[in-house]
Amino acid sequence: MSHDNPMRMRENAILRVTSKGLIPYILLFALYVQFHGDFGPGGGFQAGVIFAAGFVLYGIIFGLDAIQRLIPPIMVERGAALGVVIYGGVGVVCLLLGGNFLDYNVLSAHEPMHGQHLGILLVELGVGLTVASAMTAAFYYFSARAR
Amino acid sequence: MVSFELLLFLLLVATAVAIVRMRDLFAAAMLTGIFSLVSAGLFTLMDAVDVAFTEASVGAGISTILFLGTLALTDRRENQQPWRVMPFLVVGLTGAALLYGTADMPAYGDPNAPVNNDITKEYIEGTEHKVGIPNVVTAVLASYRGYDTFGETTVIFTAAIGVMLLLGGRRSREEDDEDDASTGPRSEEGEE
Repeated sequence: MSHDNPMRMRENAILRVTSKGLIPYILLFALYVQFHGDFGPGGGFQAGVIFAAGFVLYGIIFGLDAIQRLIPPIMVERGAALGVVIYGGVGVVCLLLGGNFLDYNVLSAHEPMHGQHLGILLVELGVGLTVASAMTAAFYYFSARAR
Repeated sequence: MVSFELLLFLLLVATAVAIVRMRDLFAAAMLTGIFSLVSAGLFTLMDAVDVAFTEASVGAGISTILFLGTLALTDRRENQQPWRVMPFLVVGLTGAALLYGTADMPAYGDPNAPVNNDITKEYIEGTEHKVGIPNVVTAVLASYRGYDTFGETTVIFTAAIGVMLLLGGRRSREEDDEDDASTGPRSEEGEE
């Protein structure tokens, strides 16, 4: 029956239809929060959490197998590590370009402020990737226990 | 405005009391989400929109979902516990100490508060022409205090590794790599 569904909500038609309609907008909102964090409230951390909430909602309603077909566990495991690598990598690139660790000014040859923009965008991307992957991984591993 | 804040604080206290008294853990998990949402409302009233955003997405969003995931592992109802004096004393004393501590805190918005020092001034004045983005909070988190945020990201990564090691220990690496593309690593467990 629903032995692979951790919260046994798969049978409810209302939940299925509303969540199917909502999830694209949750992910779209997460993208907005991710890339608009320089201008409005939010940033990588919040965006990552919203991304994960969208994935987890899908997992709760349609089952762990359905979400793991889209995002295999190995992807969240590597994503969590890749985010830290992106963040640290930006710092190392700054070092190689002659600046201090995470001193984004040197990322642009002409205008320090452009370097700052690029640096913030990239490190926020790293934060978002790690947070989204870590939260999704936590859900995966908890749900797998419920079987 | 003050009365609205008072209303939210009363709602916060009422929710906290309800969580403690609730025997149905499903309802308690939902109430913790409401608790976070009300806190987020309070943070918004105090102009801390970034903190409010984090509280809403983490407290009301993902942790409620993780609570639900945990509930699937345990019973839906809490066992009836006998009333014990020691835990009540510890909680009461901690609460009293925290209340006593707030008496020493600077007033909300006090310009002479320790937090409003030269560094804060530098952040607010420097963000525009040194970092060039309108959101000072993002500038502080990602640029001025990039080291700290790097540390935070590493902490989240470490937490994820911890969850994986604690809960996924029975899985071997080989089946992980081979089965992912087609059926997922847990396919044989799912067939049981």
